[in-house]
Parts: sequence; C-alpha cells; structure tokens
Amino acid sequence: MDDIPPYPPIDPTTFDLIVIGTGLPESIIAAAASTASKSVLHLDPNPFYGSHFSSLPLADLPSFLSSHSTSPSPPHSPSSDDPNEFSLLEFATRPLYSSIDISTFSPNLLDQHSRKFNLDVAGPRVLFCADKSIELLLRTGTNQYMEFKSVDATFVGDNKGNLWSVPDSRAAIFKDKSLGLVEKNKLMRFFKLVQGHLAGEQDVKISEEDLQSPFVDFLNKMGLPPKIKSFILYAIAMADYDQEDTGVCRDLLKTKDGIDQLALYNASIGRFQNASGAFLYPIYGQGELSQAFCRRAAVKGCLYVLRMPVTALLVDKDTGCYKGVRLASGQDIFSQKLILDPTFKVTLPLGSSPPLPLKEKLPFFSLKDDKGKIARGICITKTSLKPDISNFLVVYPPRSLFPEQVTSIRLLQIASNLAVCLPGMFVLYISALCNDDDQGKKLIHAVMNTLLTVPLDSESNAAVQSETAEIGSAVQDETSESSSGGPSDSGEEKPTLLWSALYSQELTLGQVDFICSTPMPDGKLNYNDLIDTTFKIFQEIYPEEEFFPETSLENPEVDGDASPET
Amino acid sequence: MHGRPRKAPKPEEEAASVAKAQKLRALQTQFFSFHHNKIYTKEAVELSAKLLEINPESYTAWNYRKLAVEHYLSQPDCNPDWIKSVLDDELRVVENALRQNFKSYGAWHHRKWVISKGHSSIDNELRLLDKFQKADSRNFHAWNYRRFVAESMKRSEQDELKYTEDMIYKNFSNYSAWHNRSVLLSALFEKKAEGFLSKEKVLPEEYEFIHQAIFTDPDDQSGWFYHLWLLDQTVTTDSPLLASSWPGHGYDVFLVEDRCYNGSAFSPFTALHSDSGSFPIVLYFNQPVGGVSSSTVTVECGFNKNEDLLWKPLSASNSQTARVWVAHLKIPSSDLLSTVEVSVGHSKGIISTRGFEYSHPSMFSFKVHVQPMERDFSQVSVAESISLREENFKIYGSQSEESIINSFNQLSIKNGHESTASNWRSEALAKEIECFRELLSLMDCKIGKLTLARLLMAYDVMSYPFANKLVHSEEVLELCSDLMKLDPTHYQYYKDEHSMVLLQKVTSSKESLLQHCFQYKDSVSSAICGPICLRLNNLSLSRMGAFEKLLWVQMLDLSHNELQSIEGLEAMQLLSCLSLRNNKLRSLTALEPLRKLKLLRVLDISYNQIGDHSIDTTRYLCSSPLSHSVGSESNKDETVTSDVALIDNWEAFYIFKDFNLNQLEIVGNTIADEKFKSVLVKIMPKLKQLDGKLLG
Repeated sequence: MDDIPPYPPIDPTTFDLIVIGTGLPESIIAAAASTASKSVLHLDPNPFYGSHFSSLPLADLPSFLSSHSTSPSPPHSPSSDDPNEFSLLEFATRPLYSSIDISTFSPNLLDQHSRKFNLDVAGPRVLFCADKSIELLLRTGTNQYMEFKSVDATFVGDNKGNLWSVPDSRAAIFKDKSLGLVEKNKLMRFFKLVQGHLAGEQDVKISEEDLQSPFVDFLNKMGLPPKIKSFILYAIAMADYDQEDTGVCRDLLKTKDGIDQLALYNASIGRFQNASGAFLYPIYGQGELSQAFCRRAAVKGCLYVLRMPVTALLVDKDTGCYKGVRLASGQDIFSQKLILDPTFKVTLPLGSSPPLPLKEKLPFFSLKDDKGKIARGICITKTSLKPDISNFLVVYPPRSLFPEQVTSIRLLQIASNLAVCLPGMFVLYISALCNDDDQGKKLIHAVMNTLLTVPLDSESNAAVQSETAEIGSAVQDETSESSSGGPSDSGEEKPTLLWSALYSQELTLGQVDFICSTPMPDGKLNYNDLIDTTFKIFQEIYPEEEFFPETSLENPEVDGDASPET
Repeated sequence: MHGRPRKAPKPEEEAASVAKAQKLRALQTQFFSFHHNKIYTKEAVELSAKLLEINPESYTAWNYRKLAVEHYLSQPDCNPDWIKSVLDDELRVVENALRQNFKSYGAWHHRKWVISKGHSSIDNELRLLDKFQKADSRNFHAWNYRRFVAESMKRSEQDELKYTEDMIYKNFSNYSAWHNRSVLLSALFEKKAEGFLSKEKVLPEEYEFIHQAIFTDPDDQSGWFYHLWLLDQTVTTDSPLLASSWPGHGYDVFLVEDRCYNGSAFSPFTALHSDSGSFPIVLYFNQPVGGVSSSTVTVECGFNKNEDLLWKPLSASNSQTARVWVAHLKIPSSDLLSTVEVSVGHSKGIISTRGFEYSHPSMFSFKVHVQPMERDFSQVSVAESISLREENFKIYGSQSEESIINSFNQLSIKNGHESTASNWRSEALAKEIECFRELLSLMDCKIGKLTLARLLMAYDVMSYPFANKLVHSEEVLELCSDLMKLDPTHYQYYKDEHSMVLLQKVTSSKESLLQHCFQYKDSVSSAICGPICLRLNNLSLSRMGAFEKLLWVQMLDLSHNELQSIEGLEAMQLLSCLSLRNNKLRSLTALEPLRKLKLLRVLDISYNQIGDHSIDTTRYLCSSPLSHSVGSESNKDETVTSDVALIDNWEAFYIFKDFNLNQLEIVGNTIADEKFKSVLVKIMPKLKQLDGKLLG
C-alpha cells in the first residue's frame, strides 16, 4: 500500500458524490446514487474491496487489522494554505481495532495456502433468508453476482461443550431429543400464538400492554421454562444482553420487537427450497456483498479507483463548506457530497482556528460513541465441532459459560464448501459485545476453551491458559491432557486449533451531517440495522431520490429467484 | 399441495379450457374409432398417448394401451429387446401423464400393470417415487405404489420403516407415512422379524415416538390416528377368546314349562321357561369369529347328539362371522337331571376376522334339570298377560340374600388365560394414561379427552379380572359428558360412548347390577313370583351394550331411554319379555335384531318415533333387507305377500313375520294406526294381545 502506482489523473475532476471506502454501507450508497443517475467516484486506499466488511486471505488479515490499530499520528506541519481559495484539513485514521492477538500453530500449512482463505473481518455474520439484505439483493438484482449456501442449523452451547439444537420449527420441535413432552407442547403453543397474532387472528391477539412490556416478562407470563426462554431470547430473537438482569442489559427487548424477530426467523425457515436453515452465507465470504454492490454501481457508471488514499479535505476558506478531497496522488477532486469510511477523521491543525461554520460542525468530527466494543475471534480447525454438519451457528446465552458473562457469544462455523478455507478445514467466527479488551478476550477464550484443543507449543497459548484459570469454576479445563497425546481420531476429541486471530473492534456509528460517515460493522448477526443506517444516510444526502426504485431492475427476466446452491 | 383455496377462473383461462376441451374431443373421437376397430398401428398408439398426456383420467385409453401391448407381445417376431422397448414406452407415457396429474388412478394402475410384466427395471421406480413424494409427501397414490414397488423389489420392511421415519421427521403431519408405518409394523409382527418378535418391546418405542408429534401439535390429526392404531394393537389380543356363554360354567339350569316358578326350588336367574321344546347355548366371543361348528365346539350330554347341533352366527349382516353364536339343544320330554359339557376350540377352525386362530381351548359344564309338563300349556299362556308397570316390580329383595348372591355369582365367567401375558399391556396403558393426563393439564383438547376416556376404559377392562371393578368409570362418564358439551357436532358419538360405559359400570359388580334387578309380580295374577327383570330404564341410554354380562336376562326393561338402535340385542337369546317403551326408535328396520330372538313373547315398542320420518335412514346404513335376507325366505310366503295391504307394508311384514309374540304394545307411534294394526294381526296370527286389547 505504500508505493502508490502512478495513476493517470482522474478525469473528470468534479463529481456529484465522492465515496471513500468500499465497505458495505459505502458500496450500497455508491450503487444507489449511481442508480439515481448521480456521477460517483468511489475510492479505496486498499487494493481490495470491502474495507471493514471484506474477506481477506489469511496473511492479509493481520496486516489489515494492525494498519487500523495505531493511534492517529499528529497532524503534519500546519497545512500550508494553498494559493487557491481552499483550506486543507488533513485526514487522520482512527484506531478501530485493538488487542490484536494472532496465533499460528501450523505455520507451514497455512502460509503456503494463505490465498485459499477468505476470512471475514466482521464475522460472524449471516443473512436471514427473509431479512432486508435479501430483499435489497433481489430488488437491485445484485443477487446475480453472488451465490449462497444454507447455514443448516442453530445450536445453543453450554459450558460442558455440548451443543443443543434449537427447536426453531414445528419439525425441529418434533425431532428434538432434549426437550420433554411438556416443553415441546408449551413451545409449539407459543409459536402458534405468535403466528396467530402475526396473521391477525382475532382470538389470539397479544394485548398492546403485553407488546410494550419486556419480552422476557411476556415469556414468563406464558409459563415457558428457563431452557426454552433462553432458546427464544438468545438463539431466535438474538438478544445480546442478559434480559433478566436489567442492571447490565442495554438492549432490553420489548415483546413487540421480540415477536418481530421471531417472525423474521420463522419467515426465513423454508423460504428457499435449498436452504434448510434460517440463514444464508455467501460463497467466498461476506466480502462478496460489498463487491456485488460495487459491480452494480460500476454498471450504472460509478468510477472506481482502488489503492488511492485520500490525504486531506478541501474546505472553502470563507464559508467553511466542503468542496472536495486531495488524493495521495496530489490531485484535487471536487464534489457536492462526500461519504467517508469510519476509518477517517479530520483533525484540525493545532493552534489554528477553524472557519466558523466548520466550528459548529466540530462535535460531529470529535464525537466519540459510547457503544462499547465488540470482541471478535477467528479460529481455523481441521475438524468440525459437530460431526455430520459443517455450516452452523452456535449461541452461548449470557451466563452460560461463566457467571460474569453478561452478553451472548455467537459462533459461526463455515466449512470449505463455502470456499472460505482449504478443503477439509473449518473457519469459526466468534463475537461478543464487551466494555473493554480484557472482558472481550475473556469471552472469546471461554468459548475456545470449551470447544477447542489449543496446542501447547505456542507463546500465545500461555495467555489462553491463564485466561482459563481466571474464568475458573465453570469452564472445564481439559486442554492440557487432550493435547499431549498427539492427534487422535476419536470422535470425543475436541477439534485442534490451527490458527486464531482475536481482536476488539470499535463500534462506531454512522453519522449524518454535511459530511457523512458510515458505520463500522455492528454487533448483530445480520445486516438489518446497517442497511437501515445506510438508507438514512442516503436519504440525508439525496432526500429527493428514491433508494433503488423498483424499476431499476437491470435484467427484468431475472425473476428474483435467489435460491442458493446446494 | 393442501389448503389452497380454489380461485374462480379468469376469462382467458376459461377460453383456454374451452379450446382444450375442443382439442380433447377431436382426439377422443379419433381414438375411439381406432379402439373400436382394434387398430394398433404406431400412429394409433401415439394418439392414445397424446390423449392421456392431456387427460390422464381416460380409463378407456389406458385399457386400449394394455390391449395394444398384449397385441405387440403376441406377435411371432417378438424378441426380448423389443418387449423391453414397448414396455419402456408405456412407462414413459405414464410418467408424462403423472406429471399432468399425479393423482390419476388410471396412470398409477397402468404403471403397476407394466411393472408386473417383469421386463422393466424396478430400480428406477424408487427414484421416480422420491420425486413424486417430494412434490407431495402425503400423496397416497405414491405411497400405495411405493408399497407395491417395495414388495416387488423385496426391499426389507426395516428399510421402508426407516423411510417413513425420515418422511415423518420432515413433516409429521403426514397420514400416509404414519399409515405406512402401521402397515409395515403389522407385517413385521406377523413375520416375527428380528427385533419385532414381541409387541412388548416395539410398541412402547412407538408410543414414545407418537407422543413427540401429539405433544408438539395436538391440533394435528395424523398423530392421533396412529395413536389409535397403537392403542388397538395394545388392547386387542390376536387370538379370539370366549368372553362368556349361556349357560355359564357351573350353572344349574331349570327348564320349566310354567312361568310360575317356585322361588325356593331354583334360582330365578337360571330357571328358564321354554315352550319351544329346546333351549339355546350361546357363545359370546371377544371379537367376531367364523368357523364355529359341531367339529370345533363339542357338546356332550345325555339327551342330544353333538353332530345334530347346528351352530348359527348372530349378526346383523348375515355374514358367516359373528361375536355371538348359538345352537339349540332339544329338551327331552321326561324328567331329567343331566350334566352338559361344552368344549370350545379343542380342534382347529375357529378363526377371527383378522385371521387369528382361537388358541385357548376352553371347557365349561352345567347341569340341566327338566321338569315335565304338568298342565295344559296353551291354557296357561292365554290367561297370562304381562304388564311392565311400576307397581308390578319389587326390587329384588333381601329375603334370600345368600341364595341370590350364590346364583348371581354363577353368572360371571372367569377367564384367566391372558393374566400373565397382558402385564406389559396394562403397564403400557397406565403409562399412556399418565401421559395424557399431563397433556390435558396443559391445555384443553377434545381428542385428548376422548383418548384419555378410551385409555381409561381399556385399562379398566384389562384389569377387571383382577380388580373386579371398573376403577375409572366415573371419570370416563365425566369425560364423555364434558365432550358432549364441548363438541356438539359429535354429540351422538359421545352419548353412545357414555351409554356403553354406563352399562359396563352397571354390570361390573353384583352390587350395582342387583340394584337393577327386580322381581316381576303381577298384582292381578295368582303368580307368586316371576322371573328376574333387569330394569335399565331412565338411564338416558342411546345405545345398548355389555351383552356379554347379560346373556341370562329374560325380562328387560329399557323404557324411557334415548335408544335409536338396539344393535347387538340379538345376543340376548333368552329374552322373552322386552320393553322399549318411550325411546327414539325411528323405523321398523331398527327392530331387526329382535327377529333373532326366538323366545321373545312380549314386546313393548310404544311411544317411539316409528313412522315419524317418511324416509327410513337406517335402511341406508344397514344392508338392505330386500337385497339380502328377504329374497330366499319370502318365497315360501307367496300367498301372504300377494295381499295388497302386506305389500304396502313390506317392512312390517319382513320384521314381524318371524316373531312369536303373544303380546305387543305399539301405541304412540305415528305408524300405528288402525289399518296398520290390522296388518300386524294378519302377519302374526299367534298374537293374543295388541295395545292392551285381547284379540279374538
């Protein structure tokens, strides 16, 4: 990235919109604006598409993470006022990732094949078969650039390493071996109640009072046993925080929202004939989504320049209004509007007083969100966590691994049939919301220790071991015994860890102002909230324009059949 | 495939269907000309294929193709390769037709016919079936064909059982899959296949399996159907059993020609008045059986030869199988005390309708006392008139408690055969009862209540020989009453169940039965004591039952109930006096069971609804009397049937002509006008009293 290839100057030099960064929100906006016949320049300092939503080769992931982990360098010498009418405000990068911890236990194997891996930076993430992302793909025709496969099941994990299948449908309840008859009856009746309510059946209407009350209270009122409550709250409604501890819960789910989540889940199961589960995962990884929208934008005339860092913002000297950007190549490009990747922020030169109008906007630039962090982990193994099934989701509800665990931990296993790793290998994505890096590490390690064998011959293993000791009572420590015997084919054996990357990510929200900034990947399992935010940003910059009007379908003969391959 | 509302066709759709019909008609005309002229050229056969691909329901076209195939195969130059290609063509046509309509009977049948020729590969068929069963997993045509294919391939039942399991796991709301499971399990039980030797092991697992479906979604009916089958498998013993008999083991039977018994001399329960010179032996089995004859049942006594005995089935349908069989022993005219021994099933031949052999040979014996006639028979009878009025009954009293109990005890026939083998059965039932009590504690569920009622009843019946009482009958009655309120559509069904349970309860213990036993004592006549009358009046019964415990009854009062049918009453061969007053009998044909009661002399059917309804609906439910029983019998009465009045009342003629009634009450029925009464008198010349009036 250091040696910028000599690009020919960009022509034209004026656009309606400049978008910096090719993450999913930026790519969608670029595609939407292009579709609305705006002239768009889409830049990315990286040599690949996707920014913080990309899927990267194994060797590239650590460097990407660390390049975004350094504190912003103090601004260069006060920006020399150009002879023209603009002030220059230099871009600085935000530290978005911290506490990066890469461990390799099988260096030869992985290094040789680094390019065979497509590791999601923002995993675990899936598409619900009936969620907004699928609707958007179908509406924009972007689905023709992608292929999907089904994530076949959801499990709930416990601290003994067991994975319990989530009875998320009538057939699954029937088949389930862990639920008692009474539990099956109660759960199915609850599902029927919700279905009846959603279908508008008069006699099964859930009262407005109940709809506004916390979902967990409603589940209690329905007499659902704790096990089922936990399934519904964390493995179907995908709540992040302990719903029964209002002291720590930051996302107390209302019944209304809980029911909407159930409806989404329910509508997702069986929507596509080839998808047996509720979720889809794109072949070649989540980065494909950003790329698909970029292709879509390019078809509509958007201009793409990768490997092109941007150095400074051009602001009108008198009014303080945004005018354009200065590229690393030295060229100045002008536009009406600018969309910024969350990587960048604008720092004001020390001692200089910014133009008045900009001063008023300053809170926007210095706004530090208080949403906390998300801890992420990527693990590579040679055996599946569960025999006979390769692509699935595991949820560890709050306090299922250790008493201080107040957030859900989600794990997504993706196999090589989705072209994300070497044949026969599996990639595990783990994430959990946390307040700080230490708490995040503890959460991710708790899952790893429950499910995986971590080989001893690594430096970072010591850290893992000590974490285990801290977590203490709840987690069984079998690591040392099981790894000493060398590889074993026994079905009881936990999969051995080959490689892992642990890191914390800032949860920067999208911001809408005279310059708009897109959000970082959130802590959710799907893209719904991100798409909502993206839509809002688009509306803000183009209030007159429709967001992908219906007629924008490129190939009318594509009948919206997004059924995934199997 | 299911639950899609039918939409009204759009104009363009209608136009399309008109065009299709025109095309079809043209094809059909051409096809018929080929068919009638027996033309089997390539073009002709192809035309029939075209026709079938548009309309797979064209049976004639399928038959034409069969003829064409036979025609080809009978050609002298026919070689195996050619046969195969002809038959493959047929399979292709069927497949295309099935694509058009995968529920076409004709197409599936044609496929079976082709495959049965044995020249085609059967392996393809399973693949084809997978496709059809994926498109509609409940398609019973496909399931039916699957059974055929599995059998032809000699695919093991175990493999097929696994297949039903997979289908059920995909969606348990699948009657066809559950049904196939019951068929396969039955076959495995019958074969005594490995792992299926005893129901004892398999059924609990099946119960466990079906509970998952029932508890997950009690509103889905398919699971309940399978549960009902399991319950039947649990309750029904394969081989038939003798449930009871008359006379029972150890009876002292007194045969007298006088109605006026001397109570101190013999038990009123087992004294029998007979004016026909014979008395019946009744065998009551727990399920319908065939093959009862003098070779399978031996009766040893001093006064009749076994070979002379003719065993007759007592069933409404005149079939050769019945639960009740009767034979008549001739009474010698001299004073007699003789022991009769009856052996049932010591030689093979008694077989249940399901094909199981009677495998528990049993024997019972009783004593017969005959008193010769002392008085002129006719004189006595004329003077007698029986009036079933309240004041003529005395509760069967305390005056001779001990003798009553002794004689009453004789009535129950002990059956210890199944006592050890059925342990698992009652255990299974007990488990089920617990399970459904739990379900009902969770939710209100009609079919759950009905199932619990059935389970409790089955459990009571099974443990009756040990407990000697029906523990749960109160609860079952409550459940039935509950269901009558909850589910008014099926009111009559629950009412019938309620009646049956009530009758089981009444007859289950001597205490309860004795409360219904009265002594008939005519206030006018000089008779001191008559036979015991069983009074089951005012119980709001809609059906009669518990016959196996009531074979001894000679006088029965069923008045003031809600009976619409008296099905099964033919088992009560000793009945001489019956009151059905104030019930809901709606037709004369409802009286059909009474035709088989040869000893019946007094009948009260007053105040029913006979003739209220111009259309006799029972005639459609039961087999038509005209088509069966009447045909042969009516010939000998040609002179009578030539009477115009009788032809108009053929039903009355058919029902009453075999009666030997002395006394009939029919007042209070729409049908019973003066004209009708005169017809009755004509039909029954022996009748002495009609609606209380002595006949000259």
